[in-house]
Amino acid sequence: MVCLLGPSGCGKTTLLRVVDGLIVPDDGEVTIGGRRVTGPRPDVAMVFQQFGLFPWKRLRQNVAYGLELRGRPRAEIERAVAHYTALVGLGGFEQAYPYQLSGGMQQRAGLARALAVNPSILLMDEPFGSLDAQTRETLQEELARILAREPKTVLFVTHSIDEAIFLGDRVVVMSSRPGRVREILTVGLPRPRDLNQVRADAHAITLRAHIWEELRR
Amino acid sequence: MRRRAVAVRLASLAVVLTVWELYGRSVNPILFTYPTAVAEAFGELAGSGELGAYLGQSLQVLAYALLLAVGAGIPAGVLMARFRTVELATDLYVNALYSTPMVALVPLIVLWFGFKVPAKVVIVFLFMVFPILINTEQGVKNVDRGLLEVARSFCSTEPRLWRDLVLPAALPFIAAGVRLAIGRGLVGMVIAEFYTSISGLGYMIVRYANAFETAKLFVPIVTLMVTGVLLMNGARALELWLAPWQRRAARET
Repeated sequence: MVCLLGPSGCGKTTLLRVVDGLIVPDDGEVTIGGRRVTGPRPDVAMVFQQFGLFPWKRLRQNVAYGLELRGRPRAEIERAVAHYTALVGLGGFEQAYPYQLSGGMQQRAGLARALAVNPSILLMDEPFGSLDAQTRETLQEELARILAREPKTVLFVTHSIDEAIFLGDRVVVMSSRPGRVREILTVGLPRPRDLNQVRADAHAITLRAHIWEELRR
Repeated sequence: MRRRAVAVRLASLAVVLTVWELYGRSVNPILFTYPTAVAEAFGELAGSGELGAYLGQSLQVLAYALLLAVGAGIPAGVLMARFRTVELATDLYVNALYSTPMVALVPLIVLWFGFKVPAKVVIVFLFMVFPILINTEQGVKNVDRGLLEVARSFCSTEPRLWRDLVLPAALPFIAAGVRLAIGRGLVGMVIAEFYTSISGLGYMIVRYANAFETAKLFVPIVTLMVTGVLLMNGARALELWLAPWQRRAARET
């Protein structure tokens, strides 16, 4: 899990969209497994900041979306939908429309949809940025729990230092104007992590202060 | 609040009908009529089957034209919104035809399609297709960019994109277009019945106007009104049935 951390406007999201193949870079290239990215790839899935659920699809149809596009057989889709809705804690809500779900639940659905295609890389664009503080912390812990069960390579964009330290194995600190990578730090805290323990951890506190200084410069 | 709204509407209707009744009775029946006379004429024309037969002719034309207008207008609108080349190549003609008073084209259509049902269908179709096409185009252009990005990120093909995103997102616009089209289509229908081989409710209007049977003249007019209202409400109900995710939005407004 690599967290891209930086102030608004430093190009974190743009970088993520370039990795997903949604934007073609003016210069330079992105390679995944040695192959150049020229457009969206089926083995890379994104979790969007504004959830990106289809309002006219029920939860189960939203979760099934990626698999349906890939033309998977009906039975496999049913199995995957049941598995991933349960994994993100939305079992029983399969028939709900997005407007009937809270923001946190909608983002759980966004995560289930991305995980369902079993991507080799998961891209997350400030996925908890528009949630309230409590929901946000719950989902951070949930994400850590889910990824412990189904390990993935994750590129996670955030502007929260705490979130980056709690979730990340490495933190890429970016600066704005010009958008540059300042520093790549290794977090080095053991897993599983507990949100309160990380907050009180001496190493995490030093790291936090260091990143804060780095961002302020 | 809701009961209040119903009460005010009913009271207003009662006042208007009473004033009309009292004034109407004092005027020469060749020039004007009154509600009870219209109701009586309605009973007579409906009872003899005359109204039903002519209404059937009119609705047949309207139904064919609506099917054609929906079938042509929606795909054309989506193509224009999704592909810039298609839009650039065609928007000139679409806008020109939409701005043309369709009545002006009636003689030409008679020349090409004759006087019978096909000509009427073409006329009504021309009245109906442009609001549907233009609304569809607007709706598709208004599709949430974020959701378009989701579809691209998940590697959607263009046909799947229509199904998953473009058509559901544009549905409220399309439905508004269909409601507009129904209003315009009724105008086109009566015009077609006046100017091609005379038939349907248009025939009843011309016939009873020429015979100075004013009470009977009001029967097809009221029928047209009621038909318009029913069809538009039907389109609205169909929209809510097709788009259950909008029910909440509809309740809130």
